[in-house]
Amino acid sequence: MGVLRYVAKRLGLYLAVLFIGLTITFMLPRLMPTNPVDGYIGQLQSRANGTLTSEAIAEMRTNLEQLYGLNGNIFSQYASYMKRVLIDFDFGPSFTYYPQPVSAMILNALPWTLGLLLTATFIAWVLGNMVGLVAGYFHKQRAASILEFLGILLYPIPYYILAVTVLLLLAYVFPIFPLSPTFPVGQLTPEKIGMILYNSLLPGITLVLAGFGWNILSMKALAVATTEEPYVVYARLKGASNWTRMMSYVFRNALLPQVTALALSLGMVFNGALLTEMIFSYPGIGLIMRTAATGGDYNVLYGAITLSIIAVATAGLVIDLIYPLLDPRIRHK
Amino acid sequence: MSLSKDIDPIVLAEPVAPVNAPRGRGSLMWLLNPRLSIGLVILAVMGLGSMILPFFAPVDPSVQASYMRNLKMSGAHWLGTNSLGQDIFWFLVFAVRNSLALGVLVAVGVTLIATIVGLSAGYIGGRFERFVMLIVDTFITIPLLPILIILGALIRGNTSFLTVGVIIIIFGWAWDARTVRSMALSLREREFINMARFSGANTLQIIAREIFPYVSAYMLVGFINVVLFAINTEATLAVIGLSKVEVPTLGSIIFWALNYNALFTGQFVWLIAPIIATVTLFLGLFLTSTGFNQAFASKRGVS
Repeated sequence: MGVLRYVAKRLGLYLAVLFIGLTITFMLPRLMPTNPVDGYIGQLQSRANGTLTSEAIAEMRTNLEQLYGLNGNIFSQYASYMKRVLIDFDFGPSFTYYPQPVSAMILNALPWTLGLLLTATFIAWVLGNMVGLVAGYFHKQRAASILEFLGILLYPIPYYILAVTVLLLLAYVFPIFPLSPTFPVGQLTPEKIGMILYNSLLPGITLVLAGFGWNILSMKALAVATTEEPYVVYARLKGASNWTRMMSYVFRNALLPQVTALALSLGMVFNGALLTEMIFSYPGIGLIMRTAATGGDYNVLYGAITLSIIAVATAGLVIDLIYPLLDPRIRHK
Repeated sequence: MSLSKDIDPIVLAEPVAPVNAPRGRGSLMWLLNPRLSIGLVILAVMGLGSMILPFFAPVDPSVQASYMRNLKMSGAHWLGTNSLGQDIFWFLVFAVRNSLALGVLVAVGVTLIATIVGLSAGYIGGRFERFVMLIVDTFITIPLLPILIILGALIRGNTSFLTVGVIIIIFGWAWDARTVRSMALSLREREFINMARFSGANTLQIIAREIFPYVSAYMLVGFINVVLFAINTEATLAVIGLSKVEVPTLGSIIFWALNYNALFTGQFVWLIAPIIATVTLFLGLFLTSTGFNQAFASKRGVS
């Protein structure tokens, strides 16, 4: 019964996140003082040196409004928006790369983002938790505070600073990596895969470093608290070794809040990944968003943000659904 | 960590216990631990420096072509000039000031909203609480940067620096509301609250007189974390060119440096100076916040 209620509650949150997130995305441009269609028409007109007649402009406006789902009252716009996004996964064509559909562009970029993001988050989470565990379990020893110091130093540094610093150090001062990466397109060959991995290392290192600090600090704090628990003292009196106590008594229990925290911080991790992609010109969703934002390609922007919301919400849901497997208290309630 | 303002590990790990308010106006020396001292010194130097120095600035550093371009470091230009003919040192001073001011402004707004939402949810409870927490969790889960990017693309050029701050407030209050609410929850069932209720105090009075004094210490820590978050968010937007990049901030320096390919032209200072300034400022803020936390925690333990 406990599990069912837990799953139902979590699914409810998932639907609410999707609904509110998509509604915000829908409302934002409509609340703004500027109108993308006006902007686009202005662009075309300046390109045509103002030779467009007012009839041609009016016709173009109706066409564009039709194309971007802006006709009808706000409720029917909303209904058709939801249907298009959730059922058809159709965001219309791109402005800049007309007539390429937005969904195809996004689906092309998605594996890049996911590959980088999942690998980096996993490494940062595992490494950070291990270091944090050691720092917390041996917190009475001087050497452990050096590990914590590492966390304090890394945690408050913003992604963009880390990214620029990594670029400066590893591509300029020590030219191990290229300043501007090249990512081959087309059929994958072993050679190309190697090149992709080599070029992905810099953004990867940035993401790992960024996630590392926080994991160290929070795991350390959790491990310190858990080490004081009576059952850990009991295990020590029983004669369990340091390793057994650290791994199966402290780590197992301190892990649970870390899993929840990972689910909650996914949005932020995703933000960081987007930013890192932009700074390193890594061909994922982040780069698409940046190009679209500077070029005023709103369809692409909306596609990317909608997908971001769905992806982050789904990933959070998956982590939370795995959680009962780790926490017997929910299973046996 | 970008945009990851306040999953403060220390707050996370420590179940919220009530603060035993110090009796009387004794010395505040118990507050000072190494972390807090270092943090406060950094903040004082950077805060005061960036407030006072701008009055001595020879010209407004955001004006382009005030000086020769790409000058090396010298007595006249401590950190040289950039490719836009601006003095890097003065640009940096103004950047620290603007970023700090924005951070404090946003933190005031966020703290206000988060306190009202969190306290009322935690104290009133029931269906109201569930509804509010659903909204809060949604705001936490939605990735902020994509939304900010769209907003930035839509209003770019037609916005003031202040609007950027307001937008960050609108999308940044949720984490704090969650923290405040969990504190309110742990306080709701305490004896003295019941005592106040039986003495005839109404909800508003209980929130203002009984709960608020208890949570103020944590709110201070939360406040600093929001300052960090706000500076970070604005800088992030600026780095990708979607904030008001003409205004000097810690992010807009890096935006211009990257835009003019400072790495390729070998102008390290243009990039390294803001990096060092940002890291120092963030370390200062972070040490202050965790230092306060430690101080309050040990205060509780002692008394």
